[in-house]
Amino acid sequence: MLWPHKDLLCITQLTAAEILYVFRMARRFAEINTRPVKKVPTLKGKSVILFFVEPSTRTKTSFDIAGKRLSADTYSLAASSSSLRKGENLKDSALTLQAMHPDALVLRHHQSGASEFLARRLSCSVINAGDGWHAHPTQALLDGFTLSEVWGDDMAGKTVLIVGDIAHSRVARSDVLLFTALGAQVRICAPRTLLPAGVRQWPVEVFSDLTEACKGVDAVVCLRLQLERQKAGLLPDLREYARTYGLGARHLSKANPGVLVMHPGPMNRGVEIDAALADAENSLILDQVSAGVATRMALLFLFLTRKDATDQGDARGDQVESPQPQSPSLQED
Amino acid sequence: MPGPDLIVRNVLWQDELVSLWIEQGVVRRLAPPDEPCSEGEQLHGGGALLLPGLIDAHVHLREPGFEYKEDIASGLEAAARGGFSAVLAMANTRPVNDSAAVTSFMRDRAAATHPLGPRLHPVGALTKGLVGQELAPLAELAEAGCVAFSNDGLPVASPDLFRRAMEYASDLGLVVIDHCEDPVLAEGASMNEGRISGLLGLKGQPVVAESMQVARDILLAEYLDLPIHLAHISCRQSVELIRWAKARGVRVSAETCPHYLLWTEEMVQGYNTLAKVNPPLRTDDDVLALRQAVREGVIDILVTDHAPHADHEKEVPMDEAPNGISGLDTALSLSWKLVREGVLSPQDLCALWSARPGALFSLPVNRFQPGDPADFILFNPDLEWTVTPETLRSKGKNTPCLGQTLPGRVVAHGIAGKILFHNVDAS
Repeated sequence: MLWPHKDLLCITQLTAAEILYVFRMARRFAEINTRPVKKVPTLKGKSVILFFVEPSTRTKTSFDIAGKRLSADTYSLAASSSSLRKGENLKDSALTLQAMHPDALVLRHHQSGASEFLARRLSCSVINAGDGWHAHPTQALLDGFTLSEVWGDDMAGKTVLIVGDIAHSRVARSDVLLFTALGAQVRICAPRTLLPAGVRQWPVEVFSDLTEACKGVDAVVCLRLQLERQKAGLLPDLREYARTYGLGARHLSKANPGVLVMHPGPMNRGVEIDAALADAENSLILDQVSAGVATRMALLFLFLTRKDATDQGDARGDQVESPQPQSPSLQED
Repeated sequence: MPGPDLIVRNVLWQDELVSLWIEQGVVRRLAPPDEPCSEGEQLHGGGALLLPGLIDAHVHLREPGFEYKEDIASGLEAAARGGFSAVLAMANTRPVNDSAAVTSFMRDRAAATHPLGPRLHPVGALTKGLVGQELAPLAELAEAGCVAFSNDGLPVASPDLFRRAMEYASDLGLVVIDHCEDPVLAEGASMNEGRISGLLGLKGQPVVAESMQVARDILLAEYLDLPIHLAHISCRQSVELIRWAKARGVRVSAETCPHYLLWTEEMVQGYNTLAKVNPPLRTDDDVLALRQAVREGVIDILVTDHAPHADHEKEVPMDEAPNGISGLDTALSLSWKLVREGVLSPQDLCALWSARPGALFSLPVNRFQPGDPADFILFNPDLEWTVTPETLRSKGKNTPCLGQTLPGRVVAHGIAGKILFHNVDAS
């Protein structure tokens, strides 16, 4: 498959076949992460700017490791150390970065649509690492990849429940799109104050009772509750939220046997998830983190080699072969 | 009797070819097109539609304070080219128009830059600094030339203060124009609250943020038996409240803008900041309700809510972008689209853009009766034009129409019998 996309902004732009292609690639790259020397020269000479205007630890580290394991040069930039702090606007900051000729810019931004805004203005690939409440496509891809490692790629017949602050969650929006694209049934559960406008038109079942929502599900994704939601008047208090929407064993007893538990992190143990459940055997929470590196390696590979493959194709004037990640012939550097 | 100063020949008025005879700045009469007269200047209309000069009762001209977005000269130039003989300029300038000095400055700038017009009628601030704490000196503002009062842009949250403002303004014989928006419900919104805001992950403004204030204003107006004018109505719920109020005899009038009659929240897809406006573009159902309300007279007038911004202010992520669409250049063409779609008749246009706003704000209106002010435009509805930064006279290029081809062009504009421009090639 010749990767057709310049940017990764939202799951809606990917077909099911493209999502599964990312999974296949991630599966191959995951192997590298288990080697004694976890580095290959695949993206040597490529440069990736990690522009994290909104603070992030795991996503940024995950991209950083992913890039470095493929020998790309990664450069981290936070809002606090960029010219944004001096009043420069996002467009000018991005154009300045582009003038340094990166191959990709990974953007985390607190405003919905910021990635799309930059993608329209930059010639390099823009990978959305989370924009406001809108989208977090790489998280959704790694969530899907994690589940596919257990279930296989065909998710038809499976039911995934997403519980928590759906309204303000880019993970929820992207997960809904990805799981439904792969054939799963999706449920969401939240107090009405944490449901987005127009949710009844989403391809999901909506619940307000967590016990009901858990009946017959195969996986539960708990979302982080931002503590400021209480101050915003969306919740009475965290204790009540934990009692009503914190996932516990009593809820999971209603789920299908072998139910899986996920959380994009960072977790508030005892708020959105019972502390013991997070560490239980059926928890995939740390698997998600590992899958994150492999998935982002796959994505960086696809986006950073896309132009090379196209150029070669142009030179040859024929159909370009699928850019294979050379595994098992991936060379250690 | 002396002869006419100006004869506008061969123009269509209510489906008849006529000539307009003008004398000393007022209409003398409509005459047969070929009635001979050797006196006065002759302007050949080439069969264009003759319409009264339009009145835009809601514009933001940005001067003083934000001249990089627009200044009075450029704003009035856009008004003139767009067919407007008079505009009501809102008070959210810097400094705010809450003193006679600012009002006089605005009028002086208009007279200096456009001595023949369009006429600029300032709207005074309802509260000092528009902060909603104390009444502005309304009598001083009226004396300086303000024709109405409004806190447009920063609506007055306190019902008590708003009541007092309505009462005080009524003693001066001037109307209060309210920007109906509950500031708490609307806080931080970038677009309409609904399906698309949910998908885009943007904070939405619910329709009740507007309609709750519409209801408040209606109830106050009824209780006080005072008039109230409701600005830029955008949703069905507000329309239904206004219809109910009018049926009860409440002295309420209302306006909407062409963009609420033509576009929906779909326009925001792709985080299109050019479609970010306050109140936000709503849904198909709201458009239907507004179209019907305009036809029935439930909505009394059309306005542009002309809100020019500099390019760099809109070239930011959605949440950061200021609200507003630049409207003076495109309003008549967009209105003509509604005529073409059968929503409005040409007579409706004259009422919505001229007769009714004139009556509401006590401004002279041209009905082409002898003695009426000779404010007129010649409009060629068959002439199409493409909206580009270059074809817009406003400094504000912030319109979702950019790149679109629109119907109809103003080919000539006269105010008080003086020709502002006549584009011979376009007629």
